[in-house]
Amino acid sequence: MTQDELIWRIAGGSGDGIDSTSQNFTKALMRYGLHVYTHRHYPSRIRGGHTYVEVRASEEPVTSRGDGFNVLLALGDSFARNPSEGAVYGDEKTKPLFENLDELNEGGLIIYDTGVLEDEDVGDLETQARENDWHLYPIDLRAIAREHGRDVMRNTAGVGATAALLDMPLDPIQELMSEAMGGDILDANLAVLSDAYEHTNAEFEATHDLRIPKHDHDEEQVLLSASHGISYGAIDEGCRFVSGYPMTPWTDVFTILKREIEDLGGVAEQVEDEIAASMMAIGASHAGAKALTGSSGGGFSLMSESIGLAEMTETPLVMVEAQRAGPSTGMPTKTEQSDLEFVLSTSQGDSSRVVFAPGNVRESYEQTRLAFELAYKYQLPAIVLYDDMLTGEFRNLPRSFFDREANPDLGSVATEAELEDLPHDVGGRYERFRTEGDTDVNPRSLPGMRNGRFLATGNEHWPDGQIAEDTANRIKQMNRRVSKVEVVRDALAEQASPDTVVGDEDADFALLTWGSQKGVVEEAVRRLTESGHSIKALSVSQMAPLRTEEIADFLAGVEEALVVEMNATGQFKGLLQKEFGDYGDVLSSLLKYNGDPFEPAEIIEAVEIKQSGEGGDTSSETTLRPPAGDRS
Amino acid sequence: MNQFDAIDSGEEVTSDDYTPEIEPQATWCPGCGDYSVLKALKGAMSDLGRDPEEVLLVTGIGCSGKLNSYFDSYGFHAIHGRTLPLGRAAKMVNEDLEVVAAGGDGDGYGIGGNHFTHTARENHDMTYIVFNNEVFGLTKGQSSPTSPKGHKSKTQLRGVAKDPVRPMSLALSAGASFIARTAATNPKQAQEILVEAIEHDGFAHVDFLTQCPTWNKDGAQYVPYIDVQESDEYDFDVTDRREAAEMMHETEQALYDGKVLTGRYYVEKDRRTYQEEKQARDEMPESPVVGQYFDEEKEWERSYDRLDRHT
Ligand SMILES: Cc1ncc(C[n+]2csc(CCOP(=O)(O)OP(=O)(O)O)c2C)c(N)n1
Ligand code: SF4
Repeated sequence: MTQDELIWRIAGGSGDGIDSTSQNFTKALMRYGLHVYTHRHYPSRIRGGHTYVEVRASEEPVTSRGDGFNVLLALGDSFARNPSEGAVYGDEKTKPLFENLDELNEGGLIIYDTGVLEDEDVGDLETQARENDWHLYPIDLRAIAREHGRDVMRNTAGVGATAALLDMPLDPIQELMSEAMGGDILDANLAVLSDAYEHTNAEFEATHDLRIPKHDHDEEQVLLSASHGISYGAIDEGCRFVSGYPMTPWTDVFTILKREIEDLGGVAEQVEDEIAASMMAIGASHAGAKALTGSSGGGFSLMSESIGLAEMTETPLVMVEAQRAGPSTGMPTKTEQSDLEFVLSTSQGDSSRVVFAPGNVRESYEQTRLAFELAYKYQLPAIVLYDDMLTGEFRNLPRSFFDREANPDLGSVATEAELEDLPHDVGGRYERFRTEGDTDVNPRSLPGMRNGRFLATGNEHWPDGQIAEDTANRIKQMNRRVSKVEVVRDALAEQASPDTVVGDEDADFALLTWGSQKGVVEEAVRRLTESGHSIKALSVSQMAPLRTEEIADFLAGVEEALVVEMNATGQFKGLLQKEFGDYGDVLSSLLKYNGDPFEPAEIIEAVEIKQSGEGGDTSSETTLRPPAGDRS
Repeated sequence: MNQFDAIDSGEEVTSDDYTPEIEPQATWCPGCGDYSVLKALKGAMSDLGRDPEEVLLVTGIGCSGKLNSYFDSYGFHAIHGRTLPLGRAAKMVNEDLEVVAAGGDGDGYGIGGNHFTHTARENHDMTYIVFNNEVFGLTKGQSSPTSPKGHKSKTQLRGVAKDPVRPMSLALSAGASFIARTAATNPKQAQEILVEAIEHDGFAHVDFLTQCPTWNKDGAQYVPYIDVQESDEYDFDVTDRREAAEMMHETEQALYDGKVLTGRYYVEKDRRTYQEEKQARDEMPESPVVGQYFDEEKEWERSYDRLDRHT
């Protein structure tokens, strides 16, 4: 067990307050001066079922969930009863204690609620604990909570016990509670917190040596998830219209924007379905507002036809696609990166768009801003593709990161005065889609503007928008639209690349990944380097247009490259091979698709198998494809 | 102050202002009822003095969707069945626009049925014209949601087994605040009804009976109409939901028996529009959202207050 970091897991049933308790504890750790990172795991149900949240805290910035965890707070039951109906939700046999032990690191701490667990539930825990050098802290959390009125405050008692065992002062936690609650509830919770703290200190002589690390932030920090990053990125770009339909995990962004946009003088709408959501975003954008819509796999499927409409009518459209494990409704609350191929080519015809897959909270903010800028400047759809893991991953960022200008610029919209001088046809209609001229993107006019009349249509059209099947015009219009992607590619080439390389530049063994797995791959590289490996990694987050030159440079001289991604078919590897046909024998895949994101140790293990050249299987939840050692 | 000069320009407008100077590619068959909608809509706009540049006409896919080609305003020829969400969003960000959505009965009552229900229920301030020719025109004569039971076509070989949709009853139960039916064979009434529909504050649904001489030669739309408001036989209170419902019940079925009754069926004047409803809840600004982008004084707020921060 590393002594310089804490990975605290709080486990219980949905409805036990796992989410809010862990959020508060995370905030407290941040306020205590640490870098934090959360990872949530929950089933697709409202009551019962096994849920946990991990909070990793360290003096150093944290980029992944880490390997396993070292403190378990086993709370409540993984099932719940509705006394009036006699109904049981979830599996009575699933106990938060035993469900979690597989991943508890050697030397770890276990705090469990003796008020909820029967003796037979605990079984041979002591033997297991001896074998693994675990330290047991059985505490009747329920009794402490009950004393002040309500069983549910068990979670507060658990936090108090954790703080006592880790030697963490209570003030940041008390401060947070006072901000969040009031009146009797606050008093009761504060009492439970300090009772549990004192009880734990009095009852146990801590036998472990894990302590909360010490650190001080030198500037103000903000705690946020990638869903917040996307939402605030949109707001800072002047987004004042959002339409959507709930679907996990897209709902996170939708909820945040719903709360903020109305306060800022915009419109936020939950509508009848995803088709309406995407059509409304197009309507709002067409009429002159910066708009966003989004969904997760299934809902995004319904938006396919609208994406094509936005492309054809050259209406700016920013969309969010929050992936979860598919196909179909798949595993609604579990993470996966398996919509890449779909998102790159959603819609019929030769269609194109810009796609970003941010690798962390920081990038989610930056790339959403860029998505807006590009969509509005070049009049095309821009998609931010992320996944369930990033929606629930909270991290701290320095407040100064957000000290940037807002950008409400509508992009290429002409003023009425400018419109007067722009080309019009004989009938006086503005030739918004003209093909002659210096630029591939003509300024937009907005309904209501003088001299701006034109027709937006999903059919092929003349420069003024009138429907046309003229062959020469078709080719010109098609070329113009297709070449926009090249214009975007050039524009992006001038910006600092979001794709990052880490490790030994000259290494001939490489890792490639995209989107959310950036942090964990980078951590694996750091640790492999520390243990003497020569290795490098490239994390790609600009998926379309792809920075092919950069990737080619990275791969030049590489003998073996492992593409790490959370899906079963190696979609990113497929994309690379499509772009660089000649890398067929260099690239192989490390895949994980059980619903959980990678842990660094899994990547390290796979690299070691690969580098030893002896073949073999990975021992955990991951798959090497083609099998290690087989390069044909 | 409005940034868009065309809006409420006060200039005199005629039907010609809506007529494209360049001959669009002709797509409507001779004798098609769609010409009457076009004429009535142009007439209504000039009666109301709407500048073509303040009008956004959103159409669906079908022969009816081609309305945009012949009507020279701002236009959005969208995708099949999806006019309403696009139009209502445009209205929500710029409520000074005159938004009219139009499409066929397949478009509006079939593929777009869900949007029809919800747009009506929300009572957006817009006009929706459905070209009801009782068939799919553009895809060559298949039965549509309003085709009579038993209607035969190449994809309904033994005749439609379903009852037709009753558009006005549907609109009423969904919550539309203005509901009328008119017919291509009655240009005068059609124009008057469109004027009222466009002027109406709220969701105005006009079921416009149009003939399709190419695919629906037996359509009842050819039969001379009776105006329910002018006929002594049909006396009812157009503002009374129950009476309107009864009238619709009687006359929608009568259409298939060869008796075409048109007119205003329901008018609800005092209901708030969706915009007003949202404004009353502070969910929407009083002035158009687009205005903010043209306001040079505006400070673009950035709100991080809800995030946890700490030094
Ligand atoms: C999603 C989708 N499905 C099918 C079509 C093919 N399609 C084009 S027009 C149309 C029906 C048109 O009928 P209606 O809406 O009644 O309009 P009309 O042509 O009679 O005016 C269909 C099915 C399409 N364009 N898009
Ligand atoms: S097919 Fe019917 S609806 Fe279409 S243009 Fe011809 S007559 Fe009109």
